[in-house]
Amino acid sequence: MKVSNAILGAAIGALLAGSAMADTIKVGIIGPFSGPFALQGKNFQAGVEAYMALNGKSVKGHDIEVIYRDLPAANPAQSRALAQELVVKEKVQYLGGVYFTPDAMAITPLLKQANTPLVIFNAATSAIMTQSPLVVRTSFTTAQTTSPLGKIATERGVKKVISAVSDYGPGVDAEAAFKKAFEAAGGQVVEAIRMPLNTTDFSPIMQRVRDSGAEAVFAFLPSGPTTLGFVKAYNETGLKQAGIKFFAPGDLTQESDLPALGDGAVGLLTTFHYAVSHDSPENKKFVEAATKAVGGADQLSFPSVGAYDGMHVIYKMIEATDGKQDAQKAVDAVKGLAWTSPRGPVSIDAETRHITENIYLREVVKGPDGKTTNKEIQTFPNQKDPGLATQ
Amino acid sequence: MQTVLSIAIDAFAYGMALFIICIGLSLTMGLMRVVNLAHGAFAMIAGYIASYAARDLGLGYAVAIFLAIIGTVVISIPLERLLYRRIYGRPELTQVLMTIGITFCIIGITNYFFGPTLKTIPLPGSLSQPVDVGFKTIAAHRLFVMACGIVVAGGLWYLIEKTDFGIKLRATVDNAAMADALGVRTQVVYAVSFAIAIGLAALGGVVGAEFLPIEPYYALRYMVTFLVVVSVGGAGSIPGAVAACLLLGAVDTTGRYLMPEFGNFFFYAAVIAIVCVFPRGFFGRAQ
Repeated sequence: MKVSNAILGAAIGALLAGSAMADTIKVGIIGPFSGPFALQGKNFQAGVEAYMALNGKSVKGHDIEVIYRDLPAANPAQSRALAQELVVKEKVQYLGGVYFTPDAMAITPLLKQANTPLVIFNAATSAIMTQSPLVVRTSFTTAQTTSPLGKIATERGVKKVISAVSDYGPGVDAEAAFKKAFEAAGGQVVEAIRMPLNTTDFSPIMQRVRDSGAEAVFAFLPSGPTTLGFVKAYNETGLKQAGIKFFAPGDLTQESDLPALGDGAVGLLTTFHYAVSHDSPENKKFVEAATKAVGGADQLSFPSVGAYDGMHVIYKMIEATDGKQDAQKAVDAVKGLAWTSPRGPVSIDAETRHITENIYLREVVKGPDGKTTNKEIQTFPNQKDPGLATQ
Repeated sequence: MQTVLSIAIDAFAYGMALFIICIGLSLTMGLMRVVNLAHGAFAMIAGYIASYAARDLGLGYAVAIFLAIIGTVVISIPLERLLYRRIYGRPELTQVLMTIGITFCIIGITNYFFGPTLKTIPLPGSLSQPVDVGFKTIAAHRLFVMACGIVVAGGLWYLIEKTDFGIKLRATVDNAAMADALGVRTQVVYAVSFAIAIGLAALGGVVGAEFLPIEPYYALRYMVTFLVVVSVGGAGSIPGAVAACLLLGAVDTTGRYLMPEFGNFFFYAAVIAIVCVFPRGFFGRAQ
């Protein structure tokens, strides 16, 4: 009996050692791969696949295996369960992805115990970074992309703005960030409207914009069907002809929504960290590879670049720890890391572990082929997250 | 005053768009006693067909609407014969489960074939420009939606109250066995009224696309709104549906203008109040 136990123990030991020697490093990625946000999940996958296609599937002789887990809508409990499953059952050494803030928040308490770093590809609320020292983010925050708009608006001679945002966390963040930046630049927010998330008819909102006497409207809505209604209402109610300007962060004119927005979007000014049209050799290579992975040029959008750079960070972490599971060492290794991303020069802020990047002012323009694109017309270099700076 | 007028006109346009989509559902629920939760899915199919016809094939708006209605009805006929016919007269729970299953299948299939992005239906120049109506600029398209709503309401009322088919339909609904015995081909009546309901959903989906944009989750996203209209108006009643759409459109639009921070509070508060006072809706028939 004792002997057989010993043999069994040895066998298990050998198996465990064997699996460690096989040397495949697993990366678990959580994102919305089905459901209403499937396009954003597809973009995660496109970014990851593009990175692996361009940079190889192994680091220092360690093969990388990516395991995807589907989280169709914001669901913190399920997010936590998926992360746990990835760590315990699949034995992933790195976690990545996460589209929604509450999902990211639910994972952070696990990281230390699991000895696993989390690289966030999208979730854009400043506070996530303060929840765990093992979180690194390669996307953006709403405050980061919105803040330059305050200066832009005053430079264009706008003194009074009405803000209209969707009534949920990121909308409130955008409202606050814009107000702060715009008032610092000498402007005045005359009214702040918070719109229900499921609003479909925006003409009453436009009537309010008109009645408020503001010279411009600042808007934030989650990308997708709502933005279409909003931009249409802006055009149809005659606000555009009346000369009321329109400012928004780039979520409103994400590339995959542009064909639907059509000519109505031409002339809209948005600020964002990435435009598919960004003119650089790195971006050309990226767009080519990611388009192949996503399956169509019109489906490529900003989450892909967050995922691409997220994979870069994970590769660097694997390089630094040489395949060993050491979350703190991995995170320390990428603090201050700087590289040229498809979106331009970026670096990981050593203190906040959030990405420092250029924010671009873009105008929607119509190309010779009749298609609209976001054209970058001004650069605000090396923007940190102002949302974190104040905390 | 100007503001009141412009809210009123916005409310009217929104209400009429809702009416065109919902009246078909009201007919299936009131006259045929089928809780058809897949109604929005048919509106969505029509939107996709119209978008494909107008955007990818470059056909005109009128042709696109026509193709969308015909296409959706054609798709619905085998569904009616194979699936819906089994649930006529069955308990509501069976109907709800069956139709919600159909909804999810349709969502999956459209998502697979047409992709997850938003689809728009390009409007002809005459409908896409803003029109100055004196106190306000509104889109010509909104006027078109209002006109469509009025025509649909009048046409349906005439069909049900004044024509032979209407008499047969009302007889079939009240007592199918007796109508059958008197020589009314009830299966045909059911099939035709189902087709009319689907055709209206299709029309609503296309002309209402500016209010409720076409995307794969359309059917689920607006399901509650559609059901609310039917329940407030009273299933099967055309004047009821008109009243419900106008009232709910007005409450929703005014609430959004005056106090957008309250979200849908006013909309649902109104629904609760109305259902308390009129448990069968405004013009609901006693069962």
